[in-house]
Amino acid sequence: MSTASTWLLFLAIGLGTFLLRFLFIYLFGKIEMPVELRRALRFVPAAALAALVFPALTHPAGYLDISMQNFRLLAGLGGAVVAWKTRNVLLTILVGMILLWALESALGV
Amino acid sequence: MPTNKDFFAGMRGAFPILIGVIPFAMISGVAAVSVGLTFFETVGISVIVFAGASQLAVYQLISAGSPWIIMVLTAWVINFRFTMYSAALAPHLQKLQTWQKALLAYMLSDQAFGVSMSHFAANEKVSHRWYYFGAALTIWIAWQISAVIGALLGALVPASWGFDFAFPLSFMALMFAALYDRPTVMAALTGGSIAVLAKGLPYNIGLVLAISLGIAVGYFVESLLRRNGVIQ
Repeated sequence: MSTASTWLLFLAIGLGTFLLRFLFIYLFGKIEMPVELRRALRFVPAAALAALVFPALTHPAGYLDISMQNFRLLAGLGGAVVAWKTRNVLLTILVGMILLWALESALGV
Repeated sequence: MPTNKDFFAGMRGAFPILIGVIPFAMISGVAAVSVGLTFFETVGISVIVFAGASQLAVYQLISAGSPWIIMVLTAWVINFRFTMYSAALAPHLQKLQTWQKALLAYMLSDQAFGVSMSHFAANEKVSHRWYYFGAALTIWIAWQISAVIGALLGALVPASWGFDFAFPLSFMALMFAALYDRPTVMAALTGGSIAVLAKGLPYNIGLVLAISLGIAVGYFVESLLRRNGVIQ
């Protein structure tokens, strides 16, 4: 890929991504947000975060792997218990990473 | 208006999640160099796009020699979730000038959104825009510095350490903080399950589908509980 087309690619992606981020912050107040939409938006964090988390545990290598060899799934379930009990980001990362490294060094190939 | 206090509170709120941000940004810097981008191109895409998942997808497509239209569309689809974050954040970022809104929108990230929204849910009285600005700016700076370091280190960062796993772990803690009643739990279970089932769909469209269905189910469950008088 030539240098010029590389930068054009970045600008196209960047401009589109900026508009996706900016659109509703900008439109708010110009178009009154319906109460029903606001009700629906309450569920965005839960639905979006779960949609990012679940596949990262079940598809660590890009394909579905529900087995005892999927260390990220096992370590993630351990991390989930910590997240549930403490809601602490740092502690969840710490326990999850230690579990992953422990599983890999004990059982990994 | 306790602006400074809330700005620094936002910075502090973002600190724990940097453990996930920093390695991910470094990995994305390493990945960019590994597919043949120069140092300046790597820094360039990191500043212009500032959306890690879509950047990683683009690097993979560059190495596969995909046409640029596929790269652009893939990145846009992966980043479509920002419209939902943007709409949810909008009420908190009003009474600002357009350039200020544009700046805050540019800095929007999964992490800034997660940290801010879970904080707002529990703390009504903070200045939301200043808290968000503090959190988003902290994450942006950490991301850019780490991406530069990653680009410089090249292949020296050992991917085998699996530090990218800190990402889903940090999302997990934020997710549990966002579960405070039955409808939000149902939204998360639906969003997560659909994301797993739709993982194979092209262009990461499964992610957008999963989030949309998760919201729909949460909304439906809430309506059902209201109708039956379980909640008000």
